[in-house]
Amino acid sequence: MDLQHWLWLIAPEETLSVAGLILLLVAAWGGDRASRLISILCVAALTAAAFLVAPALCSGAAGAGTEAFYGQYRADAFASFAKLLIYGAAGVTLIVAPAFFDRVKAMRAEFPLLVLFAALGMGLMVSATDLLTLYIGLELNSLSAYVLAAFLRSDERSAEAGLKYFVLGALASGILLFGMSLVYGFTGTTSFAGIRGVLGGEMGMGALFGVIFMLSGLAFKIAAAPFHMWTPDVYEGAPTPVTMFFATAPKVAAMALTMRVAMEAFGAQAAAWQQIVIFAALLSIVIGALGAIGQANIKRLMAYSSINNVGFILIGLATVTAAGASAMLVYLAIYVATTLAGFVAILLLRDENGAPVEAIADLSGLSRTRPWLALALAAVMFSLAGIPPLFGFWAKFVVFQAAVEADLIALAAIGIAASVIGAFYYIKIVKIMYFDDAADVVKGTGDWAHTAILALTTLAISPLGYLLTRWIGGLADSAAAALFLAA
Amino acid sequence: MIGIEHYVVVSSILFVLGVLGIFLNRKNVIVILMAIELILLSVNINFVAFSAFLDDLVGQVFAMFVLTVAAAEAAIGLAILVTYFRGRGSIAVDDVNRMRG
Repeated sequence: MDLQHWLWLIAPEETLSVAGLILLLVAAWGGDRASRLISILCVAALTAAAFLVAPALCSGAAGAGTEAFYGQYRADAFASFAKLLIYGAAGVTLIVAPAFFDRVKAMRAEFPLLVLFAALGMGLMVSATDLLTLYIGLELNSLSAYVLAAFLRSDERSAEAGLKYFVLGALASGILLFGMSLVYGFTGTTSFAGIRGVLGGEMGMGALFGVIFMLSGLAFKIAAAPFHMWTPDVYEGAPTPVTMFFATAPKVAAMALTMRVAMEAFGAQAAAWQQIVIFAALLSIVIGALGAIGQANIKRLMAYSSINNVGFILIGLATVTAAGASAMLVYLAIYVATTLAGFVAILLLRDENGAPVEAIADLSGLSRTRPWLALALAAVMFSLAGIPPLFGFWAKFVVFQAAVEADLIALAAIGIAASVIGAFYYIKIVKIMYFDDAADVVKGTGDWAHTAILALTTLAISPLGYLLTRWIGGLADSAAAALFLAA
Repeated sequence: MIGIEHYVVVSSILFVLGVLGIFLNRKNVIVILMAIELILLSVNINFVAFSAFLDDLVGQVFAMFVLTVAAAEAAIGLAILVTYFRGRGSIAVDDVNRMRG
């Protein structure tokens, strides 16, 4: 209960916010010429923050000793697991972004700072144990993200993506906030533990509305159907490094936040929200799979793929068990690695002028012109489809295993059947790359940083990734245990 | 006697009006920004009313945070809108269709 301990608990957030404020001054002083330096320093700050959160994860920190500021914030193993993924994804975004923006002379000093502040907000989200912290973290993340989506000011599609993201994101925040106000009114408290204590027995109409509004708002943020309609447009319009960021870090943060809210605040009412989560999971899987068929733009296809994957992750939430939560974390980790590999590969698709190639038709015959890139992209597609030798299979396996153990056999069966539909369009990409006539559009080459990250992430999702299963599984188990100890 | 239920009914009506304003409006993006403000203010009515009803200050503190964030949100929304207008020369909702869907 002393301030010094609390300040030590929020050390990663302090690092990021102080670094962000100082670098903001550097940006004001040095202008856009300093953008590369600021990018490097932001990556350094994220690395430092990652080192600060790692001990809590490795020691499986949980319980009262991890709480700060009278139950506003908790730095347990669960939050640390999510934060490591968030900081990693943000760092990779910062490393690959300059090359993309330099080509159109749009690299500005604000870009790394916005990513840094978004990562700070996401860290607050996953550590929140009070509605107020939740809201502040969520908005810090969202407000940075709106600007990031519209970052290519000269590109009409980017501005449109920013506008759509802003309007629908603000609507989602409003719905979430209205739910929070109802929950506050009908329980008389904003802390998750307090809400859980009050919502023990029969739930009144007002509180039920509050819970449903809050879950709808969160479903917007994780892009789960039926609140997914903004995703394809925003993913297509936003600059590719930003799309990569949106598909990874905020997804982890919002999903971890949803887990914390559902298990901890509404944990006593699991029967009330379980049906909603099952419905959203199945709808996301089906809409993600059917929507992706017939897409001509690869970023749009990745958007539907992310909706599809969110559905699989939500199956873990529907189990309401620690095994399900652990499976969700494993799935998130593998999903982040796969998505990063996929988007770095997409960033490497450039024509002879260096302009990005986004049309799927232009990928045809890629295996002959750029065999390694085609191999990496094929690994990503197979991994997203969950085809056995690749690591994506393990993600789906643990989620379905948790579902079967929780007696949700029908849900698991429908999920597996729907993942076959999803496999169709993933394999179609592989077929276009390997068996169609060469379009010979992709000619540009990337720098070594892209290649290194692509090689690393592709190795992680390759069958070699199975060497990590015990390690990731152990960390995810201790993180899930921390979540359930608090709940 | 005006009780808590009256406040909740008013704020619910304002919230629904705000949501409808976003979806039914076919003319102008500025109207959407106004609808978003309406949603956030309806939430504030809820928070302050509950705070008075429960005799608990947290709701009012929350309302101050919501006001602050709403201001930041409006600033960012207008900035994005200006960028959008420069490229397109129009802020009609029906024109926001460069991408399918």
